[in-house]
Amino acid sequence: MTNKKSKFPTWLSYLINGLFLIFLLLGGMQAINTGLVSNYYARVIILCGINIILALSLNLATGFLGQLPLGHAGFMALGAYSSAIFMRFVCNVKMMPPALMFPIGIFLGGVFAAFIGFLIGIPALRLKGDYLAIITLGFGEIIRVVLLNIDDVLGFKFTYGAASLKNIPKTTNFFNTFLLVAVTYYVIHTYIKSRHGRATLAIRDNEIAAESCGINTTFYKTLGFTMSAFFAGIAGALYAGYIGVLNPSAFGFMKSIEILVTVVLGGMGSMAGSIISATVLTSVPEMLRAFSQYRMIVYSLLLVIVMIFKPTGLMGNYEFSLSKILSKKGGRKNG
Amino acid sequence: MADPKLVPVPSRGMVPERDVLERPVLETLHLGVDFGGLVAVDEFNMVIGKTEIAGLIGPNGAGKTTVFNLLTKVYQPTRGTILLGDKDTSGMNTSQVCKAGMARTFQNIRLFSEMTVLENVLVGHHNSIAYHTPSAIFRLPSFWKGEKKAREYSLELLSIFNMEDTAEAKAGSLPYGAQRRLEIVRALATNPSILLLDEPAAGMNPTETAELMENIVKIRDTFGIAILLIEHDMKLVMGICEGIAVLNYGKIIAKGTPDEIKNNPLVIEAYLGKKEEEGEEVNA
Repeated sequence: MTNKKSKFPTWLSYLINGLFLIFLLLGGMQAINTGLVSNYYARVIILCGINIILALSLNLATGFLGQLPLGHAGFMALGAYSSAIFMRFVCNVKMMPPALMFPIGIFLGGVFAAFIGFLIGIPALRLKGDYLAIITLGFGEIIRVVLLNIDDVLGFKFTYGAASLKNIPKTTNFFNTFLLVAVTYYVIHTYIKSRHGRATLAIRDNEIAAESCGINTTFYKTLGFTMSAFFAGIAGALYAGYIGVLNPSAFGFMKSIEILVTVVLGGMGSMAGSIISATVLTSVPEMLRAFSQYRMIVYSLLLVIVMIFKPTGLMGNYEFSLSKILSKKGGRKNG
Repeated sequence: MADPKLVPVPSRGMVPERDVLERPVLETLHLGVDFGGLVAVDEFNMVIGKTEIAGLIGPNGAGKTTVFNLLTKVYQPTRGTILLGDKDTSGMNTSQVCKAGMARTFQNIRLFSEMTVLENVLVGHHNSIAYHTPSAIFRLPSFWKGEKKAREYSLELLSIFNMEDTAEAKAGSLPYGAQRRLEIVRALATNPSILLLDEPAAGMNPTETAELMENIVKIRDTFGIAILLIEHDMKLVMGICEGIAVLNYGKIIAKGTPDEIKNNPLVIEAYLGKKEEEGEEVNA
């Protein structure tokens, strides 16, 4: 029997991972500030971060909970619009400093998306498989169409519908994106590696058996779906502060599919896979800008090739662990 | 008399002599279910003593697994009452019945095959470790305490079947017999007062079956729980069951000790057909 556990005590592996993250964060900020990484690439990196959060959040519902929601862009839209409207409002009345406005706006976006996700999840999660896919697809479209059509409510200019919501304060930067990616990863990771996560995985593997082990399947499905919507809302809020202009057409069905493709390509149930795949799929089209006509072909080919040679996705359900690798290296040196 | 309270008591039925002073762990009254016009189970009355090993046998399609699904509320009964200890389980769902103290295994193995053996057992412990989501996310002391306790207890349970060496293996990669044993361990982890085993010896060779019989008795003695099993292996049923009920076409046709069942003409008829018509049965 091989001992899979890392040799480090738990607190040390937390410390190693924490230090590694801080190192990455400071290194990234330094590189951007000194101009080592151009402004253009910095923006691509931020976009990668947003897509990582989206992929991680969908992975919670798809890879871990085993459901197939196709309306993820809808939750992103809810988060984006609610935080954008809040930030615009705060900016206009100047009632709080920008440093406070951003976290509250992000949180608001997440909570609002989670709330709607909860309301949708209760009826939708009674269905399974393709039926759930279709009903969530429907809800996602409802959100988009509603946003497109309620341009003003009772005389208040609200979402501006198809004319786009403009002048959103551009608050998203490398620092807060990185921080939120880390928080998302940490929360989903600790959730999955707990009794609640085991219950979630059990529901994915065999719902009837999970239920006869005393797991309240409705509760965990709704909780997982709500958490997934929460982080999608946060990604949406980041996106609003990144792009500065919101139009409902950005959150259509294709966006949902794009997120799903990212998750499937990375491997359902692998958070490391989602991160790699989101990074690759976001940066490849940007890197291929030079070959403008061919870049979508390369993008599609990449998907086809990965699916043929690695149907479980890039990482399968393997998780990357820094402390595991370090302890393996250390073990080899010692023995 | 302060606070007069009426509690349900067993009406009739037989339990082993040693359990006679204890409340029966399971009692069903007029239990039945219809699927459309088909009466799948009808008038199912059964009493199981606190530490009884009971058997439920019958020909294929008699409704044995349906009875298990009714007891665990995978199907909601059309009529009748199920008393689990002193609790009436009507209106409960599967997970609540499990919390109330009934655990089961499945005829076609239902393990969480992508998870490790230890994790499978830990899922069984789900309700005995009761930390909340925030303490899991912030890794509060209650999380570490709960996880450590559950892990130790799970390994202890696995050691009953000498499975602690395979704790880190994927459940789906285990050999067939070990998967069946793991299902029993997982059911035990939910801390039940009655364990329902659906064909635990299916696909096992005689040596494994003999070992399983020993283990079933051992589980009963160690945990002091009742066991109800469906089985086609008559050697196992007649060897360890104290009370047996025979089911045919959804109805109980005989109840009693193994010896009584063996010699019951109705049972012989259900399994082999009527004596005079034996030739015709074969031709038909």
